[in-house]
Amino acid sequence: MKKTLLTASLAVTGLLALGTQAQAATLDDVIDAGELRCGVSNGLPGFSQPDSDGNWTGIDVDTCRAVAAAVLGDSDAVQFIPLTAAERFTALQSGEIDVLSRNTTWTTTRDSSLGLNFTGTNYYDGQGFLVKTALGVESAYDLDGAAVCTQAGTTTELNLADFFRANDMDYEAVVFDTSEASAQGFDNNRCDILTSDTSQLAALRTQLSNPEGAEILPEIISKEPLGPVVRQGDDEWFNVVKWVLFGQINAEEYGVTSANVSDMLDSGDPNVQRILGTDGNMGEILGLDDDFMVAVLEQVGNYGEMFERNVGPDTPLGLQRGTNALWTDGGILYAPPFR
Amino acid sequence: MNSNDLPTRPGRPKPWNDPRVRSVAFQILAALAVGWVGYSLFQNTIANMESRGISTGFDFLDSTAGFGIIMSLIEYDESMTYGRTFLVGLVNTLLVSGLGILLATVVGFIVGIARLSTNWLVARVALAYIEIFRNIPLLLQIFFWYFAVLGALPGPRQAVNVGDLAFMSNRGIMLPAPVFGPGSGWMGIALIAALVGVFFLARWARRRQAATGQIFPVLPIALVVIPGLPLIAYLATGMPVTWDIPEMGGFNFRGGIQAIPELGALLLALTLYTASFIAEIVRSGITSVSGGQTEAAAALGLPARRILRLVVIPQALRVIIPPLTSQYLNLTKNSSLAVAIGYPDLVNVFMGTTLNQTGRAVEIVAMTMAVYLFISLAISLLMNIYNRAVALKER
Ligand SMILES: N[C@@H](CCC(=O)N[C@@H](CS)C(=O)NCC(=O)O)C(=O)O
Repeated sequence: MKKTLLTASLAVTGLLALGTQAQAATLDDVIDAGELRCGVSNGLPGFSQPDSDGNWTGIDVDTCRAVAAAVLGDSDAVQFIPLTAAERFTALQSGEIDVLSRNTTWTTTRDSSLGLNFTGTNYYDGQGFLVKTALGVESAYDLDGAAVCTQAGTTTELNLADFFRANDMDYEAVVFDTSEASAQGFDNNRCDILTSDTSQLAALRTQLSNPEGAEILPEIISKEPLGPVVRQGDDEWFNVVKWVLFGQINAEEYGVTSANVSDMLDSGDPNVQRILGTDGNMGEILGLDDDFMVAVLEQVGNYGEMFERNVGPDTPLGLQRGTNALWTDGGILYAPPFR
Repeated sequence: MNSNDLPTRPGRPKPWNDPRVRSVAFQILAALAVGWVGYSLFQNTIANMESRGISTGFDFLDSTAGFGIIMSLIEYDESMTYGRTFLVGLVNTLLVSGLGILLATVVGFIVGIARLSTNWLVARVALAYIEIFRNIPLLLQIFFWYFAVLGALPGPRQAVNVGDLAFMSNRGIMLPAPVFGPGSGWMGIALIAALVGVFFLARWARRRQAATGQIFPVLPIALVVIPGLPLIAYLATGMPVTWDIPEMGGFNFRGGIQAIPELGALLLALTLYTASFIAEIVRSGITSVSGGQTEAAAALGLPARRILRLVVIPQALRVIIPPLTSQYLNLTKNSSLAVAIGYPDLVNVFMGTTLNQTGRAVEIVAMTMAVYLFISLAISLLMNIYNRAVALKER
């Protein structure tokens, strides 16, 4: 009798534990909700930024839109949730968002002990310095004793410490919780240097009260592969987010764009056929429709289009493809094959 | 006499009928239930986190932090541990709260008394101060002091120079730092001796005044002895203290003591905001003392200042202390707004950077909450003790 009571109460405790455990089927949840919840930044030109009407744009935003197009057939079925650097991982772990697409660097700790998975890289970045011209500094190695503005909870903060320590230099880290505040601190002369992922420095510079008064130093002090992140332990969803981006990169490689996707449906190239689902069952095995990439390409476009539209040479960021070019063009963008 | 004749004491009821036993038993049961709920929530969370591949536990406290902190009263550099970052943040929180409480009390008392001044202008200025600072959100005030006031100071190369000794720029205030050479310990001993001496002198003077009515001038003596004794020790030991004067070099001043503007702005905002509430508390405390008391004291020929100090304030304190305690608690908790301007307090350093770098959200949030709880309880406890000391003693 006593034993049964004990077993019963143990079973109850076990159930309690199970009851609150989120079910690991994010794909089904997103389909049921009819909407993808996507964690983005509070506003970072070219990556994720809202305009005055609350419409989000940026390469990180498009990465989420592509997933929504693939899963729900509608690139607008996304709810964007702005997060600071320090909030982002907890938001994903707790299930507040389905995917984090917020210029987040892929690192060992984040990939393992945080219980997260990076699905790929949508922008290869590196950390750099923006410095006041008046200081007459030419190189990052002349920064001994400088005050540096940066943002809390980023790899930026850690790389900064590593760089100064490795080069035996002193610094003063002025750490803010939003990039807006750190930019203001730099503008206000609280810091001599602003440090962040290099892609941001050009845009930040244009927003200063006197852009001519600041310049970007030549040194890149770190590797920052930025990409979408999902929760660990949900392989189906992990695969979906991963292969939507791979699909966009492959589409660029095989010349499929938003403009020509309807013509390409008649393409005889088996690679293109598999991407567009006219041949094979790539969509089905991922848990999607076979033509999921058609919606992605029609509504968002391939990787190159996403790049040009948000951060490319014709945008305020004015970035070259560089490392982010396809492997066939001298870059390191290389997506596994669709087959 | 037969023992049977003794009046029989009513027999104790059976334990399950005894109200005292029952109430204790129910309380134990309730405590166990609460404990069990807490424990299973904890276990449940840990199990869930493990099943999602999130690492748990406090082992991270021993790993290298690897990030810099702008200000630390204890020794710190990047190669130290996350546990150390906890201490650095904690000390910084204690610093800004402690200084804030001290300054807010002083300003609050002055403004609260000024608010009741018979001088129209003084009373109006105090009123304006209270209404302005009490009604603007604290975060806005922090931003104002940080970005608009301290941020508007010139850069370090054009710093405001006070006699080549102290400098004020948008990097903060630089002051000469004393360097204590061998033998300067005597100065400390002299200072302690002076303080103890003055303490006993004051006690003696109070007793004498109570007994004979004669007043002994303790204050002037204290003002001479407290700086005087250490000075004598300083001269006698051959002037062992030298000054490290800040000097411009590279990007900023080097040497001396630096008070960063983040501390300044946060302290200013917390002080002025909380002082406006304290002023109202002081005013209400003073008005709660019946006018008859003041009149009686005046009839005895006491000057206005003494009436305030000896008659009104001691009675007003009884009304002031309890709400004052809440203001102290508020100030301490509000100090966590530090994160908005990058002052490295506990929330900014530990719950911000450390949490984000390690991902141990549950552990870190729990530790941080425990700290605030502990500080709040400590303040309440101290204030309760003080309250008991000033409470009306019925004799
Ligand atoms: N890639 C880095 C840095 C990411 C980051 O947060 N960068 C800042 C700029 S330094 C930012 O995006 N801020 C935007 C915001 O505050 O919303 C990381 O993953 O830790």
